[in-house]
Amino acid sequence: MFSQPTEDAANTAEVTEEELAPTDLEDAVDEPERVVPAIEFRDVHLSFEDNKILDGISFTVRRGETKVILGRSGGGKSTTIRLILGLLKPDSGQILIDGEDITEYSEIEMMTVRAKIGMVFQEGALFDSLSVYDNVAYRLHEQGVAESEVETEVRRMLKFVDLEDAIDKMPAELSGGMRRRVGIARALVGDPQIVLFDEPTAGLDPPTARTICELAIKLRDLEDVSSIFVTHEMKNLEYLSSEYATVDENGEVVFEMEGEKICLINTEIVMLKEGKIIFTGKDEEFAATDDPYILKFVRGK
Amino acid sequence: MNLLKKFLFELQEITNLIIFAFLGLFKSPRYLKEIIRQMDLIGVGSLPIVLLTGFFTGGVLILQTYPTLVHYGAQAEAGRAVATSLIRELGPVLSALMVSGRIGSAISAELGAMVVSQQIDAMRALGTDPNRKLVAPRIIALILMLPLLTVAADVFGLLGGGIVAKNLYGLDYNLFITSVRNGITTEDILGGIIKPLFFGLIIGSVSCYKGLSTTDGTVGVGRSTTSAVVLSSIVVIIFDFFLSRAIQSIFDIKPI
Ligand SMILES: Nc1ncnc2c1ncn2[C@@H]1O[C@H](COP(=O)(O)OP(=O)(O)OP(=O)(O)O)[C@@H](O)[C@H]1O
Ligand SMILES: [Mg+2]
Repeated sequence: MFSQPTEDAANTAEVTEEELAPTDLEDAVDEPERVVPAIEFRDVHLSFEDNKILDGISFTVRRGETKVILGRSGGGKSTTIRLILGLLKPDSGQILIDGEDITEYSEIEMMTVRAKIGMVFQEGALFDSLSVYDNVAYRLHEQGVAESEVETEVRRMLKFVDLEDAIDKMPAELSGGMRRRVGIARALVGDPQIVLFDEPTAGLDPPTARTICELAIKLRDLEDVSSIFVTHEMKNLEYLSSEYATVDENGEVVFEMEGEKICLINTEIVMLKEGKIIFTGKDEEFAATDDPYILKFVRGK
Repeated sequence: MNLLKKFLFELQEITNLIIFAFLGLFKSPRYLKEIIRQMDLIGVGSLPIVLLTGFFTGGVLILQTYPTLVHYGAQAEAGRAVATSLIRELGPVLSALMVSGRIGSAISAELGAMVVSQQIDAMRALGTDPNRKLVAPRIIALILMLPLLTVAADVFGLLGGGIVAKNLYGLDYNLFITSVRNGITTEDILGGIIKPLFFGLIIGSVSCYKGLSTTDGTVGVGRSTTSAVVLSSIVVIIFDFFLSRAIQSIFDIKPI
């Protein structure tokens, strides 16, 4: 997936949107799908019985953009992600995927939408009865892809999450972090254009967590993937919002810090509080905020 | 009122489950391998308990009825007595109850555990309809295997009856077999095979529904397992009455 990066970093790390060259704008018109957001929430409400979980949520995730969703535990982050996949239906409001209103879609209609979305579940959600190989291969097996092709793809994905040795193991034999990484490999098979990460780094050691963030950055900057990254960890936020991936002259992927010249515009933070969005914006704005709730969330006290 | 509402709701949900599962059969991918795996698990796996049940039921039928038959001087009809009750009633119903205990609980526990560990969600997220991948193969395997299991139970029941009659009461095997053959009709055998088809459908759909509608974590899995077995057993027994009546009138069976 990352062997032949097609887009250069300039595409994703422009100074500001307004400074797009006129030719770029024409390109945008030529490719209407670039201006249509990958994910859009319009005033979404959802309650479980008397419990109001989402109370008028609106946001968009553009193509090639990453939205980092922050919020306290039980704040409705996983619920938001489940809505995108149509695993739950909102009480009111609309959800659009690539401009398609999926709110009223039936389970069967949802299947075509889900085909372009990869989801990393908070608890891994691996199939217990299938080996690691079959878990990762699941989507390809369902599509009836030839076994030789499946095997190459599965090995490549497992190498990517550094779990080649575990290929024949059953999920019960894996540690929590390994399960999570298998879940990531499973979600990324088939190169989905939208990837949803639900706390992918929770409970992992810092280097592994860093690897997962790098992975998300590579998807964003080199593969033009739109993603949602739910997390509690400020370290992840820092990686995602201040580094970008590019390919150096040797063809190696390198990570560079945003600086004076380049400011990352493809990562935004969304902060949830009591079912409402209380902040959307870049990390610089987030750091500069004086909202006491956000300050407490960042510092922990 | 609330109970009635709940009942109607569950009935509707189970009907939907069956409809979706069967509609899915006509679309690819077809989960043929999964059906065969379930047939092996359900059919071959349940064979020992069903055979044992059949054997001892046949045995006990002779044990209890033979003295009465002697009283009326009708000991030659012993085979007929076992055969009719076994093939018409006890074979189908007891096999269904054993299978609902063994397979119904397994199905709802497995699906329930998949619900609480979000595997069902993951499956849907990966573009697979659980009705087609999980529910349909199980229901079909049950519908196909339960009649076979029932026939096996019937055969072993007759065997058990014959052995008890010979060894405890000294009835000749030939006499027993002749009376069995005189006693049962084609209608009995057909009826005894039609019933388990429906019982398989009941056990499969009730257990899958209970499993998939699990809530409240692992505690919920236990609860849905219990209610899957209880509900499917009760529905089997109630349905058996109406099915027997229907079969009687369809085949025009008159009291002898
Ligand atoms: N199926 C459900 N039925 C009832 N309530 C639910 C259900 N699913 C979630 N909730 C409630 O919705 C709220 C939001 O849950 P959600 O899983 O979205 O939180 P979260 O932000 O992902 O939290 P965490 O960071 O701990 O994962 C919680 O208060 C939870 O109790
Ligand atoms: Mg969550």
